[in-house]
Amino acid sequence: MDILLQQIINGLVLGSVYALVALGYTMVYGIINLINFAHGEVLMVGALTSWTVITLLTDVALPGWLKLLISLVAAVVVCAVLNFLIEKIAYRPLRNAPRLAPLITAMGMSLLLQTLAMIIWKPNYKPYPILLPSEPFNIGGAVINTTQILILVATAVTLAGLMWLVNRTKLGRAMRATAENPRVAALMGVKPDMVISATFVIGAALAALAGVMYAANYGSVQHTMGFLPGLKAFTAAVFGGIGNLAGAVVGGVLLGLIEALGAGYIGTLTGGVLGSNYQDIFAFIVLILVLTVRPQGLLGERIADRA
Amino acid sequence: MMKNKLLIFLAAAVLLLVLPSVAQYAGNFWVRIIDFALLYVLLALGLNIVVGYAGLLDLGYIAFYAVGAYMFGLLASPHLSETFPAIRALFPGGLHTPLWVVIPLGAAIAGMFGVLLGAPTLKLRGDYLAIVTLGFGEIIRVFLNNLDAPVNITNGPKGLLQIDSLKLPFVGFDFGKNGELFGLPVSSVTKYYFLFLAVVVVSVVICYRLERSRIGRAWMAIREDETAAKAMGINTRNMKLLAFGMGATFGGVSGVLFSTFQNFISPESFALQESVMVVAMVVLGGIGHIPGVILGALLLAALPEVLRWVSGELDLQMLTGGRLDAAILRQLLIALAMIAIMLARPRGLWPSPEHGKAAPTPAT
Repeated sequence: MDILLQQIINGLVLGSVYALVALGYTMVYGIINLINFAHGEVLMVGALTSWTVITLLTDVALPGWLKLLISLVAAVVVCAVLNFLIEKIAYRPLRNAPRLAPLITAMGMSLLLQTLAMIIWKPNYKPYPILLPSEPFNIGGAVINTTQILILVATAVTLAGLMWLVNRTKLGRAMRATAENPRVAALMGVKPDMVISATFVIGAALAALAGVMYAANYGSVQHTMGFLPGLKAFTAAVFGGIGNLAGAVVGGVLLGLIEALGAGYIGTLTGGVLGSNYQDIFAFIVLILVLTVRPQGLLGERIADRA
Repeated sequence: MMKNKLLIFLAAAVLLLVLPSVAQYAGNFWVRIIDFALLYVLLALGLNIVVGYAGLLDLGYIAFYAVGAYMFGLLASPHLSETFPAIRALFPGGLHTPLWVVIPLGAAIAGMFGVLLGAPTLKLRGDYLAIVTLGFGEIIRVFLNNLDAPVNITNGPKGLLQIDSLKLPFVGFDFGKNGELFGLPVSSVTKYYFLFLAVVVVSVVICYRLERSRIGRAWMAIREDETAAKAMGINTRNMKLLAFGMGATFGGVSGVLFSTFQNFISPESFALQESVMVVAMVVLGGIGHIPGVILGALLLAALPEVLRWVSGELDLQMLTGGRLDAAILRQLLIALAMIAIMLARPRGLWPSPEHGKAAPTPAT
């Protein structure tokens, strides 16, 4: 029982990170129908930026949580600027190009950011300092530490904020209108370019938050760390129905749970034939199964012809 | 006009025939690079069938390359007979399946995998398809990486070693050894060059004929508008499966050639980045256009290697204090090329002439 609870906690923590990143994918996809392959790299830049800031602050006498907060703010700012520039340089000129063209620039951007990060930060793994009290709390036989609690809380708060932004504010209305039909939205006085930039900035902020969380939870940062969470988060977005915000969250959390439970139980289920080293493919197997049965994703709308 | 074309063909043929002997003087290293570039051309041609003709974005294409490579690796290396006593008893001299059995077999098995992958993804379109194929590619790689336990089939991350080099039976011609022709030395890589060139030429002919056949037109109809294609009586399900199968066949054959050429394979060679690279070759060169695809493949495969050599000569690592080395520079340049070429020419460097009119406008 305690193993089950423990894996559920781990899955929720992992799922929160996926959900935050998946939101960035799904918002961008909802508005300009583009898989932003560079999104995972934004997460990586966020994590590495926060690592740099924390390293710079090593000798400053500040409480750990404050350092983490400062580094988070720095990461959010850097990522927001970065994603804004990515959109402006690599995607905006290709708005009316064949559909594969921006996809290739997105892959190019991803590779470029990874390489630049490797040049700037060197390729070694860097330990991410522990800034929050690490004594675990005991809940019914399972343990959870402060970082993990904070991840869950921060995710919940961020999601609530995002829902409010999208459903209640003027910007959110403009975003939904642009996603529905950019041309008509433009006729109604919405500036699509501005809305798209805002979407990228918001997505980047979420990714930066996710990156800092991921680093704080796993305790190390490196230039390739964005790849797998990025891929899984995209899977989560598709799983939940791409373009759908609630879907991204549901998909992310479910994916996290499936991975954690799968990794925890696959060994016993298969009598030790398959081990937890297969963890990374659960996401894809689930995805394939779901899409075969329900091609539009869990919460996605049926779109007849979106090639 | 006809005469001009013939001249160009002849000039190209002569150039291709003397190219390795010139490159050989500069060092076998260069011929090797050309060989690898030819393998990439083969891969790009195969993917072009799936992405270019049928319009199905496949991000897991390298999986078929892996299937072909591992199949030859298993059937022509000491690994299986060392691991399983039963196989050693059957083949006391070790497993040395000749290439002429393995190439058709590799093509068939890879094609089967292609259809298997295609079947569950038939209903999906566009980006969903992309992510599912990407998932398949990763699944195959993870299995290759982990199938060394409980039964050691793929030898895990260590990969398969001592894979046979290619031999022509009966005439005693060994692609793995250096030889000579009319008193001129012909190195092993040069022999492989001609083999690969022959395979590429055959593939180009196949692709060219496919493009103009009933099947090719059906694929393009599906690419432009699947519903309309269906209404015109095209069996879209079978056609899509055929595209996946045909594309995979090319991947499988180049995988076989890769493993016999390299004599060593490991799961590392089949990472997602490779799939992305092949997609980039097809799209950068000019999607659905054979000369464009070849150009894209040659550019992305060979140019970085040239740059690697240049940066080695300059001793870049010393100049930049260890931050930049050839491999990093190569990645950087590929990334920049992908972005810059797409921005400058969104339809690729050498796009097919008639495609522009039919390019689908996003339904907004």
